[in-house]
Amino acid sequence: MTAAKFVISEIKSYHRFVQALIALVVVGVIASMARFALGLGVTTNLNDTFPWGLWISFDVVTAVPLAAGAFTLGAIVHVFHIKKLEPLVRPAIVTGFLGYSLVTIGLVLDLGQPHKGWHVLRYWNVHSPMFEVSMCVMAYTTVLFLEFLSPVAERFGWHIPLRLLRWIEMPLVIAAAAISTLHQSSLGTFFLIAVDKLHNLWYNPLLPLLFWISAIAAGLSIIILEATASHKWMGQPNESELLETLCKILPWVLGVYISVKAFSLFALAEGPFFDHPKLLASFLVEVGIGVLLPFLMLLSPKVRTTGRLQVIAAGLVVFGLVLNRFNVSMFGMMLGDEIYLPSIIESLVTVGIIAAHILFFVLVAKYFPIFEHHPETVDYSIPDHFHKIDGASHTKAEAKTAAGGKAIPESH
Amino acid sequence: MSSAKDFSKTNAFLIDMTRCTGCRGCQVACKQWNELEAEKTEFFTGEGYQNPPAMSEYTFTRIKFRDYEKNGQNEFAFYKEMCMHCNDPACASVCPVGAFEKTTEGPVIYKADRCIGCRFCMIACPFGVPKYEWSKALPLVKKCTGCYSRIKEGFQPACATTCATAITYGPRNKMITEAERRIAARPDRYLSKIYGKDEAGGTGVLYLTALPFNELGFKPVTMRALPSFTWQALRLVPGIFLTVGGGLSAISWINHRKDRLRAEKAQQAEATEPGKEEQQ
Repeated sequence: MTAAKFVISEIKSYHRFVQALIALVVVGVIASMARFALGLGVTTNLNDTFPWGLWISFDVVTAVPLAAGAFTLGAIVHVFHIKKLEPLVRPAIVTGFLGYSLVTIGLVLDLGQPHKGWHVLRYWNVHSPMFEVSMCVMAYTTVLFLEFLSPVAERFGWHIPLRLLRWIEMPLVIAAAAISTLHQSSLGTFFLIAVDKLHNLWYNPLLPLLFWISAIAAGLSIIILEATASHKWMGQPNESELLETLCKILPWVLGVYISVKAFSLFALAEGPFFDHPKLLASFLVEVGIGVLLPFLMLLSPKVRTTGRLQVIAAGLVVFGLVLNRFNVSMFGMMLGDEIYLPSIIESLVTVGIIAAHILFFVLVAKYFPIFEHHPETVDYSIPDHFHKIDGASHTKAEAKTAAGGKAIPESH
Repeated sequence: MSSAKDFSKTNAFLIDMTRCTGCRGCQVACKQWNELEAEKTEFFTGEGYQNPPAMSEYTFTRIKFRDYEKNGQNEFAFYKEMCMHCNDPACASVCPVGAFEKTTEGPVIYKADRCIGCRFCMIACPFGVPKYEWSKALPLVKKCTGCYSRIKEGFQPACATTCATAITYGPRNKMITEAERRIAARPDRYLSKIYGKDEAGGTGVLYLTALPFNELGFKPVTMRALPSFTWQALRLVPGIFLTVGGGLSAISWINHRKDRLRAEKAQQAEATEPGKEEQQ
């Protein structure tokens, strides 16, 4: 009872917003129980014309690129050695881990035979993009879990696992980038099979490449939004100087995306493009407001250095990505007269999943050292051969020399 | 998936729509053999005379009606909707657990015990054939089985056996020869094209009609086998994995080495004790 009482008093001490999130998550859980009790047909608006709906379009196809910040930032910091961005890595990994765990839940809810989900491991079909994505999501969630274990091990003072984790850090970062490249792009491959079903504005053979590049842009933007929000509302350190560096990288990514998108549209896609005015409008909003506008904004140094404008630009990139994924996986497939709108239960589940993500992030940040992680104090690039960390003063001094030697690389 | 294979000997349906009388005996035979429930329907709830209004988990095949005028008289034209039993099926290529298989006998079969219910087959099928058991809590996919259980025993599919006029069943090359013979013998009666010969890379159901295909409700589909569209991207997967993994490893090795050399230089300059071994 005391444990329950402790939990209740903890929850009572939370901010109203957090309590509201808990309520939304509970509603989402009830809604997903209804899905299993009553069946997909009754609880969703899915049918034979629209076998995939909100759960695939948002919980999988959109949520995966939104969680791409972890691998992108991991590669930027550890591979390209822009070490000063390291304070942003842990929050990104937490976001990634939560994101992928919730993707798995969303996917299981959507499966007609969830108890047979493990069949993917037993009956391989390498010709299936779904097989590829499932394997990658499983592998990557494991990688993220291992990366996420670092703050947990630090919190509880588990030294041996911590050293082990530090030793495999680089292989994990590289595996994360390689696996993410595969499944982020393979989500685009999904829709290559939808020849004559997906509208020409989006159907082209470079869809996988476009999905990968836009995932990188969205992942970086989510980090900007998240760091700003946790500074503003969670009393975390102000990282706007580091976000400036991200804002310098972002227009490069968007620039490449725009070039590939233009090439694929003008050189590879086949018309007609103008036969569905509503889809054309959606496409123009996606590209104009969600890609070109933030790209142009981020070219200006004023935008890159002003916190509020950073947030607006990053928000637009995220908006563009969400609209793009919905355009590809939902709107662009509605070429007939029939329309799909998610049911109340589908919407409640998705809202619950989004709420769960924010809630768990807040709770993790509350109980684990993810923001206090500043590498100036500990030199993480050097594995500690079982005798350094505990001699704190010695290590600190030495780490300082090493960090000084590194001379905090200039961002490019 | 199996684009290199020869499909001339696999069984195929030749369905001559000009000979169809719209009796719908095939619909009834299909329901009987596959033990499918009846659907409660009303006339004219769908597009025209056809009933039920669409293929479903209970209806694997259906005759579509189209009325038109010929020499001032009202006439009916028909189209038999069913699984096309593609040579290189999209459903089989996208299924993560390989629940669909193009059998050597001809039918594309579904292994319910493998299915995880992701419904990718329904997105992939260019003909909109796989249907879902929306009424169930743990639904499976349903589609025309090509009467595989009958074929294995040396029978013909239920619909082909029942049909008095329009359906012929046999090796695909023979069906194509027969179709070409009919077109050549009665060019006035037929549109000079065999639907299914090249559609979606070639299908196991071949149609002859008098009216243009799109007017009868045939879906316009690509002539390329659909699995090739995804495979052109997926085949790059191992290469990309190795390139990204190897490339990043190399870059990080170079960067770490640069840092180590710089740190060593700094340490030497300060003449401090080099107390650390560094790695990577």
